[in-house]
Amino acid sequence: MKNKLTFAAALLAATVLSGAAGAKTLVYCSEGSPEGFDPALYTAGTTFDASSKPVYNRLVQFEPGTTNTVPGLAESWEISDDGLEVTFKLREGVKFHTTDFFTPSRDFNADDVLFSFNRQLQEDHPYHAYVEGASWEYFNGMSMPDLVKSIEKVDDYTVKFVLNRPEAPFIANLAMDFASIFSKEYADQLSEAGNLSDLNQKPVGTGPFQFVAYQPDAVIRYKAHPDYWNGKQPIDDLVFAITTEASVRQQKLIAGECHITPYPNPADIESLKANEALKVDEQEGLNVGYLAYNTKVAPFDNAQVRKALNMAINKEAILDAVFQGAGQAAKNPIPPTMWSYNDAVEDDAYDPEASKKMLEEAGVSDLSMKVWAMPVQRPYNPNARRMAELIQEDFSKVGVNVEIVSYEWGEYLERSKAEDRDGAVLLGWTGDNGDPDNFLAVLLGCDAVGGSNRAQWCNEEFDGLIQKAKTLSSQEERAELYEEAQLVFKREAPWATIAHSVVHMPMRKEVTGYKMDPLGGHAFEGVDIAE
Amino acid sequence: MIPTFIGVSIVAFSFIRLLPGDPIMLLAGERGMSEERYQQLQALYGFDQPLFVQYFNYMTDLLQGDFGTSIVTKRPVLQEFLTLFPATIELSLCAIIVAIAVGVPLGVIAAVRRGSWLDQTVMGAALVGYSMPIFWWGLLLIIFFSGILGWTPVSGRISLLYFFPPVTGFMLIDSLLSGQAGAFKSALSHLILPTIVLATIPLAVIARQTRSAMLEVLGEDYVRTARSKGLPPRRVIGLHALRNALIPVVTTIGLQVGVLLAGAILTETIFSWPGIGKWMVDSVFKRDYAVVQGGLLLIAAIIMIVNLIVDVLYGLINPRIRH
Repeated sequence: MKNKLTFAAALLAATVLSGAAGAKTLVYCSEGSPEGFDPALYTAGTTFDASSKPVYNRLVQFEPGTTNTVPGLAESWEISDDGLEVTFKLREGVKFHTTDFFTPSRDFNADDVLFSFNRQLQEDHPYHAYVEGASWEYFNGMSMPDLVKSIEKVDDYTVKFVLNRPEAPFIANLAMDFASIFSKEYADQLSEAGNLSDLNQKPVGTGPFQFVAYQPDAVIRYKAHPDYWNGKQPIDDLVFAITTEASVRQQKLIAGECHITPYPNPADIESLKANEALKVDEQEGLNVGYLAYNTKVAPFDNAQVRKALNMAINKEAILDAVFQGAGQAAKNPIPPTMWSYNDAVEDDAYDPEASKKMLEEAGVSDLSMKVWAMPVQRPYNPNARRMAELIQEDFSKVGVNVEIVSYEWGEYLERSKAEDRDGAVLLGWTGDNGDPDNFLAVLLGCDAVGGSNRAQWCNEEFDGLIQKAKTLSSQEERAELYEEAQLVFKREAPWATIAHSVVHMPMRKEVTGYKMDPLGGHAFEGVDIAE
Repeated sequence: MIPTFIGVSIVAFSFIRLLPGDPIMLLAGERGMSEERYQQLQALYGFDQPLFVQYFNYMTDLLQGDFGTSIVTKRPVLQEFLTLFPATIELSLCAIIVAIAVGVPLGVIAAVRRGSWLDQTVMGAALVGYSMPIFWWGLLLIIFFSGILGWTPVSGRISLLYFFPPVTGFMLIDSLLSGQAGAFKSALSHLILPTIVLATIPLAVIARQTRSAMLEVLGEDYVRTARSKGLPPRRVIGLHALRNALIPVVTTIGLQVGVLLAGAILTETIFSWPGIGKWMVDSVFKRDYAVVQGGLLLIAAIIMIVNLIVDVLYGLINPRIRH
C-alpha cells in the first residue's frame, strides 16, 4: 500500500512537471504574491518577477544575466551632441498578447510608448490616478519628472525624449521595470468600459509570456506568447506557485512539485547541492552592505579615525557568522560585477594593533559610540544584529565601547537620515539598473546628504567626479572617473564596506537555459526543460 | 452587537496607528524620498488629517460599505478579503469537524474508562497536542509525509494540473463543479496535512473538556437511575450523559473559533494556503492601515455571528435555556 501511494504521488508530481498532453510546463515556486501587475505602480522585486519580466518589454532591456543594456522594443537609439535629446527607432511588427479579454487590432507603435510614460509623467492623464494611491514610486525615485521635459512622437516608429539636462544613466533607467511598455489600445478599451483598474489586474503586453489567470496568494498562470518578436519560448506554460516559506519551497523542489525556486535558507544550500536531482546556480548579488559613520559628528569627521575603525573590523568573521559563507568581503562601494569596479583599490587590512595606534595618533581615547542594527533581513545583511555584535566585539579590542541600538524599520530609515545622528548605521543597497551612478550618487553624493547618504558625507573631489561622469555618454570615459572616485572613497573612508552577498538559485537538473539576473530579478525567457 | 462593533472599530483603528512605523517610509524603503514627496503622499492617503477626522471619514465610508483600499496592493480591502476568506473558512471548517469528530469520542472513552491506560494515553496525547508548536509540527508533518513517504502534497490547495475558475471559492465544491476527473481527490489530499495541523489544538481542548464534563455528569443521580433501570450502557452514555455533558463542550467549541483563526495564520503560512491569516500578518508588517482595520472588523463580525449561533445551539441542546 505504502509503495503504491508513493508511486502514485511520484507519478502525479511527474505529470505536473511534464504537463498534460505533452505541453511543457515550468513551475516556479515564488516567494510571495505580486502586489499587482502594473510594474510602474510598485517597487517590490516579487511584483516585477510576476509582471514586467514575463508579460512586458521595455524600449531598452538588460541582456539576460548581465547589466548591459541591449535593444528591446527600440531597435536603436541616438543621443544628440548636447545630450538633451534621445531618439528611439522602434521595432516594427511587434504583436501584443491576444487574450480572452483583449484582441489587438494593430502592432506596437509610438502611441504605446507615449501612453506608457505620459501616464506617469502627466498629472492630468486619465491613467495617472487610475487606482487609488497610485504614486509611481520608481518613476519619481529615478527623478524622471525633473529629467524628462517632453516625449514626442516623430512618426509611428520614432519617439524622441527631450531632457532638461544631459544624464548618462538615462538609457539604463529605461531598462528598469517601471518603464515597461503597455498597450494604449487596451487601455482605451478599458476606459470605454469604465474598467480602468483592470490594467493592473489583467495585464496585456508584448513580452515572452501572456497572462492567463491569477488566484491571489496561490497561483499565477501564463502561457507562451505565440507571436513573440524574439521567438516563441521553448516551454508552453509558466506557473508561479506562491510558497512563502523557504523550508516548504525546498520540500516542494525535492518532491518535484516545482522546477526552480529562489531564496533558499543559507543553512540548506549544502544539502541542496548534495541532492542528485538538483543543481544550485550561484552569482554575486549586485549589492553592498556597509557601516556608515556620521562624518559630520566628531570624532568621525576625521578620516583617520574612520580608517582606524575600519581596520578593527574582522570581515572574515562576519562573512562566516552572518553570511554563512554566502558572501564576499567588500572593499569598494560598488559590487565587483559592475562595470568601473576598481580592483586596484586596496582594502584596509584587518589589524587591531595598527588601528589602536592610529586612534591614539588621532587623539581619540575612551571612545564610546552607537552602532545601529537594522531590524529586518536583507540580502546585503541577513542578520544585522549579529553583525553589530561582532563589530562591537572587534571595536572593544581597540578600546572603543559600542552600544547597539535598533528601531522599527520605518523609524530606522527615517531617523538614520538625520544629519546630527548619533552613531554609525548598518545599511546597504541593491542596484536598480546596473549603473554605478545608482550607487555612488544615490548613496554618497552631496545632494543625498540628509537623505540616502547615511554617512552625511559631502566630498568635493568625489562629488565632482561623479557629477562629471553623469554628463558623459562614453562608458569608457565614465568608468575612468568612477574608478578614481573609488580611490577617493577608500582614502576618506566614510563607510566601512562590509560585504556583497552571493545569491543562490536551486533548481531541478532538467532545467536548462536559466540565467541568474545580477539585478535580483527572476525571468524565464529562453528557459527549457530537458526531456 | 452594535456597541461591540463600534468598540472594535476604535480598537482596530488605533491599534495599528499606535505601533511605531510609517507606511509611507516603509513603501519608500532604503531609497527614501524627499520631504516634499512625503508630504504629497501623506495628503494622497489622507494621513495628514487629525486622527479623529481620519476615523470619522473611515466610519462614514464604512457605513456605505467601503472598507478602504490597500496602500500596498492598491486594491479594495473588501474585494481582497472576499477572495481569500473562503480558503480560511474551508480549512477551519474541516479542522473543527475533525476536532469534534475525534475529540468528543476520545473524551467520552477517556471518561468512561477513567484511570485506565487508555484514559492516560488519551489525556497525555491531548496535553502534548495542546502544547504543540504549530509551525514546528506542520514542518515535521511535511518532511515526514510529503518529503520522506511521498503520501501527501507539500502545499497549496490543489494540484497545478487542475485549472478552473473559482465559483464558490471552496476548493472541494469547485473541484466537484469543474467536472475534471481527479480534481476533488486532489483538493482533498491537499487538505489533509493543514487540517491535521490546525485541528491539533482544538482537538486536544475538546477531548479534555468532554472528558471532564462527562465525568461530572456520570456521577449525577439521573445517570445512576438510568443505569439502575437496566438501560444498556451505550444508551446511558450516548443519550443521558453525553447530551448533558455537551453543553459546556459547545461553549468550548464556540471559543475555539478565535483559536482557529489564530492557528490559521501559522498553518496558512506553512502550507501556502491562500487565506486571510497570512494576509493580515503581512499587512501589519507593512503598516497597511486599511487592510488591518478592515480585516479586524470583518473577523470580529464573524466571531460575533459565530457566538450568536452558539447561543442558539445552546437552546437546542439544553431545554432549560429555551425560554
